[in-house]
Amino acid sequence: MTAERAVPGLDRDHALALLRQMILIRRFEEKAAELYTVGKIRGFLHLYIGEEAVAVGAMQALTSDDSIVATYREHGQALARGLPAGSLMAEMYGKANGCSRGRGGSMHFFDVSRRFYGGHAIVGGGLPIAVGLALADKLQARAGVTACFFGDGAVDEGEFHESLNLAALWKLPVLFLCENNLYAMGTALTRHQSQIDIRRKAEAYDLPADAVDGMDVLAVEASAQAAADAVRRGGGPFLLELRTYRFRAHSMADPELYREKREVEEWKACDPIAAFVAKLGERGLLGAPDVVAIETSVAAEVEDAVRFAEAGPWEPVEDLTKDVYTPAEP
Amino acid sequence: MPILTADMSAGTIVEWRKKPGDAVKRGEIVALVETDKGLIDVEIFASGVIETILVEPGATVPTGTVLAVIREEPGAAPTPAAPAAIPVPVAPPVVLAPPSEAKAAPGRLKISPLARKLAAELGIDPATVRGTGPGGAIRREDIEQAAAGAAAAAPAAPRTALDRQARLRQTIGAAMARSKREIPHYYLATTIDLHPAMTWLTGENLERPVGDRLLYGVLLIKAVALALREVPELNAVWRGGEVVPGQAIHVGVAVSLRSGGLVAPALHDADRQGLGDLMRSFRDLVRRARAGGLRSSELSDPTITVTSLGEQGVETVFPIIYPPQVAIVGFGKVVERPWSVGGQIVSRPVITATLAADHRVSDGHRGGRFLAAVDRLLQEPGRL
Amino acid sequence: MTKMTYRDALRSALRQALRSDPRVFVMGEDVGRYGGSFKVTYGLLEEFGPERVRDTPLSESTFLGAGIGAAIGGMRPIVEIMTVNFSLLALDQIVNNAATLRHMSGGQLSVPLVVRMATGGGRQLAAQHSHSLEGWFAHIPGIKIVTPAVPADARGLLLAALGDPDPVFVFEHATLYPMEGEVDEEAGPARIGEALVRRSGDAVTLITYGGSLGKTLQAADQLAVDGIEAEVIDLRSLRPLDIATVLASVAKTHRAVIVDEGWRMVSLAAEVSAQIMEGGFYSLDAPVARVCSTEVPMPYAKHMEDAALPQAATIRETVTEMLRAHG
Repeated sequence: MTAERAVPGLDRDHALALLRQMILIRRFEEKAAELYTVGKIRGFLHLYIGEEAVAVGAMQALTSDDSIVATYREHGQALARGLPAGSLMAEMYGKANGCSRGRGGSMHFFDVSRRFYGGHAIVGGGLPIAVGLALADKLQARAGVTACFFGDGAVDEGEFHESLNLAALWKLPVLFLCENNLYAMGTALTRHQSQIDIRRKAEAYDLPADAVDGMDVLAVEASAQAAADAVRRGGGPFLLELRTYRFRAHSMADPELYREKREVEEWKACDPIAAFVAKLGERGLLGAPDVVAIETSVAAEVEDAVRFAEAGPWEPVEDLTKDVYTPAEP
Repeated sequence: MPILTADMSAGTIVEWRKKPGDAVKRGEIVALVETDKGLIDVEIFASGVIETILVEPGATVPTGTVLAVIREEPGAAPTPAAPAAIPVPVAPPVVLAPPSEAKAAPGRLKISPLARKLAAELGIDPATVRGTGPGGAIRREDIEQAAAGAAAAAPAAPRTALDRQARLRQTIGAAMARSKREIPHYYLATTIDLHPAMTWLTGENLERPVGDRLLYGVLLIKAVALALREVPELNAVWRGGEVVPGQAIHVGVAVSLRSGGLVAPALHDADRQGLGDLMRSFRDLVRRARAGGLRSSELSDPTITVTSLGEQGVETVFPIIYPPQVAIVGFGKVVERPWSVGGQIVSRPVITATLAADHRVSDGHRGGRFLAAVDRLLQEPGRL
Repeated sequence: MTKMTYRDALRSALRQALRSDPRVFVMGEDVGRYGGSFKVTYGLLEEFGPERVRDTPLSESTFLGAGIGAAIGGMRPIVEIMTVNFSLLALDQIVNNAATLRHMSGGQLSVPLVVRMATGGGRQLAAQHSHSLEGWFAHIPGIKIVTPAVPADARGLLLAALGDPDPVFVFEHATLYPMEGEVDEEAGPARIGEALVRRSGDAVTLITYGGSLGKTLQAADQLAVDGIEAEVIDLRSLRPLDIATVLASVAKTHRAVIVDEGWRMVSLAAEVSAQIMEGGFYSLDAPVARVCSTEVPMPYAKHMEDAALPQAATIRETVTEMLRAHG
C-alpha cells in the first residue's frame, strides 16, 4: 500500500466517499438494466451510466436545506442525495414500499423528507417548479438553493427560456444544472440547437454561467460549489453546463441509430469512475484493496435493494383513488 | 430473450457474437436482436463459458425464451430468475354504484320508456303491472309477461287493428313456443259422467232468476278448484328454476276474443266462491275481456288455467301450459254417449277432461289423482 | 350586506387573504402596475407591495409552474392567468404537474395553488379570445374547478379555493365583472362541490353555471309568463359536481335542460346529462336537452356571435319544444 501523500484540498475519506457513490450508481443502474430485461422493471428506464460524476460532484455543493428537481434520468441524483437504494428499486418494481408508493416508477422518484421533488417526465417541465421552490424560499427568507437538473434537450423548450428569464428577473436562488450529454434522445446537439455553447444562453438573461468537464468528479464538485456559493450570496440564479456523455442508450428501448459506436467507445475511454480511480491511484490515495472493498460493499447494498424490492407488497387496488385529492381534516 | 423495449413480447436473433466454448463476462454483448424499435445489442449478466446456443439466427421467439446455456464460474452472482409473470393483483370487479335514484314522487310510475311504449301498444295499463326491475321498475319483460298470460284488447286506439292483432299473435306465439320448448308436458285424460251434474243444474236453475242462472262450465271450474286442494302441486308457478306454490287458488278461464286472440284472466279464490258468485265473476270477466277492460293483475294471477273448447265441437283438448303455471285443464264438448250403469248400457252426457302438466313438478300419479278428484266432485254437484 | 360588483367581491376576498395570511401572494400578467387586466387586483400593489403582488413576464407555463413550486414550498400563491385562452400555454404544468404531483408522489405532496382565469365569449373578441374551456379542465382528476356566477360566490368560492389544500381553478366569466349583487363581507367561504337552487319551479329543471346563469334566469322569467315554472340550478362547482342537487330537482320536475357555454360536443353538459341518465333515468319524462355554443370558432360580427352562443330565447324554445313533444 503506497503511503498516502496529502494533496491539498483532497481528503482520502472524501475521495473514497465520492468514488463509492459513483460506483453505487453504476452498479445500481447495471442491476436495473438486468432486471428490466427479465421484466421486473417495466415501462421506460433511462440509465445514468457514464454521467455519475455529474450527480455525485454536484450533490457535494448542496445541503439538506436545499431542494432538488431532476428529470426522468434521475437515479444518480436520487442515490447521491441519499435516497435509500431499496426504496428506489422498490419504486421501479412498482411496490408500495417504493419512494413514491409504486405510483411513479423509474421516472418519478419523490422524497419530500430529503427535498427531492422528482423525477419529471416532460422535458423542461421541472424548471418552472424549481423557480417556484426558489421563490418560496426567498419569500420565506430561507437560505436554501434549488438545484434544477435538466438535459440539453430541455434547452430547446420554451420553459427553459421562460424560467431563466423569470429567475434572473426576480433574483431567485436557482442553480440551473444542464447535463449536456450531447443528445436530446436521438437528436445530436448540433442538430437541435443553433447555438451549441449552452452556457452562453445565460447571457440572454443576464445571469452568470460556467461550463465544466462532467466526466471529472472533482472538477464538477469545484464548479458546482462555486456556482452554489454565488447563488447563496444572493446573486440570483446561475447556469452551470456539465459536459458529459451517456454510455448507454437513451432508454432501454433505443437501438441507437443516431450515434456511432466509435464515438461511444471514445467517450468510454473517459469513464468518470475509471478516471477517478486512476487519479487517486496516482496520488497514492487509493489502492486495489480499497476498490475491492468498495465494490463488495456496493454489491451487497444493491443486492439488499433488490431483496427489499422483491419482498415489498403491492399497493392494494382499493387504494387506487387515494391521494388524488388531499383528504379533508378530520 | 430479454425484454429490451417497453411492450416487447418477442424478438428475432439476428447475429450471435459468441459461440459455444467462448468465455463471456458480465456486461459483454453476446448477440444482436431485432425488435420493433430496431436492432438492439443484448448484453449478458453472468460470467462463464457458453455451453450451448439454443436459438439460431433468424428465429423469432417470445421474451423469456432461453437463448443459450452458460456454465457459470463458481462463486458467480446468481442470475435472476427467469421472467416471472408479474403478480398483478386482480382488480376487484368494478362495482357500479347503484344509481342513487331520488325517491319517485308518490303516484309516479317507475317504468322504462321502452316498457311504457310496449304497454301502450299492447293495451296494458302499466299501473297494474308488477315490475321486476331495479327498485320495482317495470321493464319490457314485465309487460310481455302480462301480455303473454293473455292479450287484452287495447283500450287505447291502436294504429290499426291488424297491427295490434299481429303483435298480439306474436306475443302469444312467443310464450307458447317457449312453453313447449321448456316445459316437459305430460297428458292425461278422463271421461266424466255429467248426468248428476246436469240434472242438478236443471233443478238449481229453475229456482234462480234468469239473470242468475248457472252455466255448467261454472261447475267444472269449481270442481277443478276444489280438486286442486287435494293435489296442490298443480296449483303453483315455476319461477327462477323452482316451484313456487300458489298462495291461493286462482283459476284462469280461457276466453276467446272476437279479434281472434285468447285471454285467460283469473277467477280469484275460485275454491272459496259460491257457484252464484263464481258465475257472476265469470260473466263479468268474459264481458270485460271482450271489451278490453281486464286488469293486468287478472292476467298474471292465475295459478292454473281451464280451457273449454266444447262450443267448437271438440271432444278432447290437448292444451299447452301458460307459463309460469305448471298445469292446464281442458274440457271438450258434452256429448251423449253410451254408458254403463249398473251393468246396463244407458245414454249419458259425458265430457272428456284432460290435464296437461309440467313433469318437473308433478307426475302421472298425482295428475291422475287430480282428474279422479274432479270426476268425483262432479258426481256430487250439490256440494260444489 | 353590501351591494358590490363581482370584481369588487373578488378584490375583497383577495385583500382579506393577503391581510390575514403572509403565505398568500398574487402573481400574473399586469396584476400590479396595470391594476389588473379586468381591474380585479386594482390597488393591491399599492397596499401590499411588489413582493406580494408580482407582475410576471408573459410566460404562462413558467409562472403557473412557479406557482406550483411555490405552493409545494409552503406558500399560498394565487396565480392569475389573464384568460382561459392563454391558459393553453400552461396546460402541461396544469395537467402533468398540478394535477398529478400528489398522487404520483404517493401522497407526499399537496399543491395548495389557486389559479384565477377570465373565461367566456360575448364581447366580440373573436376566435382566440372567446373560449369557454372550463369543461375541459373539469375532465382532469387532481384539480378542482369552481365557476362563481354572482358576486357573493365570487368572494365565497375564492375564499374556499384559498382554504383548499389542492389546486383550485376559479373561472370568472368576463361579462360578470361589472355585475352587481349583495355580498356579506363577514361571511365565511362558500363550499366547493355544492350547487344552489336559484329559482324554484316544477315544470323543468334548468342546470347551468357561471356566465350562463343570467340568461337562464331570464329564460325562466319568460317561461313563467306562459305559466311554465322552471327550477334553475347554479352548479357553482364543476369538479366536484353536485349531482345530488340536480337529481333531487329532476325527481320533482321530470325534465332537464343544461345550459353550457362550451361547445356542445364532449361538453360539461354532456357529462351532466350522462349523470342524470345514470342516477335519474326513471324520473325523466323526456330526454335531457342541452343548450350549448354552436360548433364554430367564435366569429367577430355581433349577430354571428349571438347566434353561436346560448341565449335566453334558445333556452325558452328548448323548454317549450320539450313540453310540446313530451308533455
